[in-house]
Amino acid sequence: MSGLDPTFTSLPYRKLGDVALARAKELGVSHADFRFERVRYQNLSVRDGVLQNASDTEDLGFAVRVIHRGAWGFASGVVLHPDEAVRLADSAVAVARVAADMTSTPVELAPEPTYADVTWVSTYDINPLEVPVAEKAAVLVDWTNRLRTGAAVDHASAYLRQVQENKYYADLAGTRTTQQRVRLQPGFEAMGAGADTFDSMASIAPPVGRGWEYLLNGPEDGGYDWDQELDEVPELLAEKLKAPSVEAGTYDLVIHPSNLWLTIHESIGHATELDRALGYEANYAGTSFATIDLLNTLQYGSPIMNVTGDRTVEHGLATVGYDDEGVQTQRWDIVRDGVLVGYQLDRPMGQMRPELNPVDGHGRSNGCAYADSSGHIPIQRMANVSLQPDPQGPSTVELIGRVERGLYVVGDKSWSIDMQRFNFQFTGQRFYTITDGELVGQVRDAAYQATTTDFWNSMEAVGGPDTWILGGAFNCGKAQPGQVAAVSHGCPTSLFRGVRILNTLDEAGH
Amino acid sequence: MTTLDPALDHAEVRATPQTLVDHAVAMSTADDAIVIVRDKTSANLRWANNTLTTNGVMHAIDVTVISFIRLPGAEGGVCTGSVSGSASSQSQVDELVRAADAAARAASPAEDAGELIRDRVSPDFDDAAVPTDIHVYDAFAPALGEAFGRSTAQGRVLYGFVNHELATTYLGSTTGLRLRHVQPTGHYACTAKTADLSQSAWVGGATRDFTDVDALAMEQTVAKRLGWGTRRVDLPAGRYDTILPPTAVADLMIDAYWYAGARVAWEGQSVYSRRPTGTRIGETITAPGVNLYSDPTYHQLGCAPFVVAAASGNESSVFDNGLPLGRTDWIRDGELTALLQTRHSAVMTSQPVTPMVDNLVLDIDSGAGTIDDLVAGTERGLLLTCLWYIREVDPQSLLLTGLTRDGVYLVEGGEITGLVNNFRFNESPVDLLRRFSHASATMPSFSREWGDDYFSRTATPALRVPDFNMSSVSQAM
Repeated sequence: MSGLDPTFTSLPYRKLGDVALARAKELGVSHADFRFERVRYQNLSVRDGVLQNASDTEDLGFAVRVIHRGAWGFASGVVLHPDEAVRLADSAVAVARVAADMTSTPVELAPEPTYADVTWVSTYDINPLEVPVAEKAAVLVDWTNRLRTGAAVDHASAYLRQVQENKYYADLAGTRTTQQRVRLQPGFEAMGAGADTFDSMASIAPPVGRGWEYLLNGPEDGGYDWDQELDEVPELLAEKLKAPSVEAGTYDLVIHPSNLWLTIHESIGHATELDRALGYEANYAGTSFATIDLLNTLQYGSPIMNVTGDRTVEHGLATVGYDDEGVQTQRWDIVRDGVLVGYQLDRPMGQMRPELNPVDGHGRSNGCAYADSSGHIPIQRMANVSLQPDPQGPSTVELIGRVERGLYVVGDKSWSIDMQRFNFQFTGQRFYTITDGELVGQVRDAAYQATTTDFWNSMEAVGGPDTWILGGAFNCGKAQPGQVAAVSHGCPTSLFRGVRILNTLDEAGH
Repeated sequence: MTTLDPALDHAEVRATPQTLVDHAVAMSTADDAIVIVRDKTSANLRWANNTLTTNGVMHAIDVTVISFIRLPGAEGGVCTGSVSGSASSQSQVDELVRAADAAARAASPAEDAGELIRDRVSPDFDDAAVPTDIHVYDAFAPALGEAFGRSTAQGRVLYGFVNHELATTYLGSTTGLRLRHVQPTGHYACTAKTADLSQSAWVGGATRDFTDVDALAMEQTVAKRLGWGTRRVDLPAGRYDTILPPTAVADLMIDAYWYAGARVAWEGQSVYSRRPTGTRIGETITAPGVNLYSDPTYHQLGCAPFVVAAASGNESSVFDNGLPLGRTDWIRDGELTALLQTRHSAVMTSQPVTPMVDNLVLDIDSGAGTIDDLVAGTERGLLLTCLWYIREVDPQSLLLTGLTRDGVYLVEGGEITGLVNNFRFNESPVDLLRRFSHASATMPSFSREWGDDYFSRTATPALRVPDFNMSSVSQAM
């Protein structure tokens, strides 16, 4: 476990926060919070053995958010001076005054205990931003060189995205939190061509809330078996380039966690965000079919379906100690025995719908407020939403063994879902034909398309704990102005019956 | 990286962008340096359920320092380091310069190395950054409040967002660049639903200053569209004669543009690749009369007339910073004439240097009239409002998938006669430019999918496509 970065703790956030909150209080607000953030990004990219880009970006600034006359007011800036803290408090109140005339439903926050001065740091061994760029670039160069030794590989690329996020939060109630998270996303892709086709095969390694050790260690020590995947991908690509085009129709699917995490993200994670169900995203990301009147009655999936929201799981990308409204993070049920039983909440929603997370006679947020920088207002963002394994569940081989005619789907690629999270379409890195319980080689040009509740109700079996993997993404987009969040989704390999498979060449009219 | 003390004099903390550029250029110990300072202010209002939800005013100053180190000896080469950060003082910039210089010294030679652009100066370089603030909505906000009242009284629910940004970019270098560009960017969008949430309509557009945006007119437009839903018609998946409004055409053309990297095409991995090798530049890839181009001086779509590149990649090169940009024809009369190039990829592909420009225009020679004229000329077909969640499915044909959203209308006998369910589509924008049957005149448009955050400056016609592939039905309302 690492400690807080001293280059962050030496920044003047406490002083700026005290000044801003004092000014907001002086102006008579009913609530004020102050958030100071420093987010460091470093991206490396390599193509065909050559480092194309190594760039560092630091996003540093602070924001004041108030509730005044029942309306939100928000202002952010980057000049680290007490005068600017006062100016932002004044601006936030001025914005709230403009907003008050158009705010017909006064904003109220669910109560939360006060955390006087707490710190939280994510679990990692080696901060990747402290590893020399040359050392990291050498790894990526080596990866692309190794991939290009494969006969089918014409070109290869590799990348490494790293983030160190530091936040200080303070509010008028007295909460003070100082936190640090580290995450990284390594990846590679091999590209090749046949006589009249081209295709690619990418790594299925998930992004993680870990440090540089993810690239140094084996799976048993929190790492990943990069060597095995680098050895396999050129051959997998060669097989894919020669594979027959899939016959469109209805198939049973066995879906590996490297693909299923994204289906969970789109069809469960977003669908159970209460802000979507309440219409807040209607003009942008969309709403949800899982409306609140369906709570405790909607048969979301088959009875073996159990889904949790969780901002506490170790190494999760959405894991943190306290959210951006000073709420201690939690774990809760979203789908239990196939039935919708919970949502993701922030403090206004916890107050508005106390029945969703009742504590001592009032509602409570379950800690899902997040802003991706000091320049953005916190909104309700996704927890790590995960499908639970069957404690006595089968292995992946056993699941495949239950299928007469089907496909085994590995790795994510293309994704799309409608504005209410009904209709989705996904492709993958590779689709294997299953015949009489055995894999008999890859097919190309496949996509699966379904309606969310049909799909999850067609889930016949979930794998055991040994098949469970925590996947995820760095790039979940939501809100206006747009914000990006990282989130993890764990799931076991699972079996679905009777899913529609498209042939993408047919779809293109070729 | 930042060790600023709040006891510092406020004047030092609030250095001007030009001072930051000059200071960084002077402080760098590299062989050359490029400095990009972007001062951005923005103001936004967001609403849902006929009430305001979130809002804010933001100010950011981002500084990028790119350092260049030339290696001695026969092998030679140039190494680069790029470091960006929020910075408003010289001491903050000092740290960025030190970090960029160190990164360049630790780097391997860049494959895109080339001569830096020299001695270009904007006459307004010394001018201050231009800000916006919440008062940009002084006329819009009260009208929006009135629109909420109207909608509530008439059983409609409004959701929406307005955003205005002003970004002033300063680009300086040790090679004599001192360039400045002021970029206004704004948009409005409003979704309306009936009280029972069974119908949805949308209107949106781009603006540079909000003097041309009327909240009450916006509300009237979505109210009219909801009125088209009195008759509900359920249709199955299939291929339909479909009218794509300019916003939907903008969505699809942006994808066609973003996937037009010359290097990737040259290396055989895009719809613009020739088999077995090379690019399709020079080939006719769409119907005759199709023209797709970018132009930094296009009326109401003005954008930076020079390259600004904080990092190198397949379609950008830090060595190209300051390179002049002009009108670039990507498709001319149906022929692919250019792909997105850096100077490095231009050498690789033996083509002219045609970097990405921050606007896009689709113009059809035969295009005339408005979308209403396309509707009037359609015997039976679909009129879309907009598209959503568009993603690439197959790069070989640039097959895209996505969904219709917020209103699909049935057209019969040249008139809108009802509301149809939503669909998932699978289509290639390149193929659509070959198959469309009718086009309206080109008009300013706003991509629903990409306009908010990535690409808002487009002008496109409405297109009618006789056999648009609606792959499945979406239950979304």
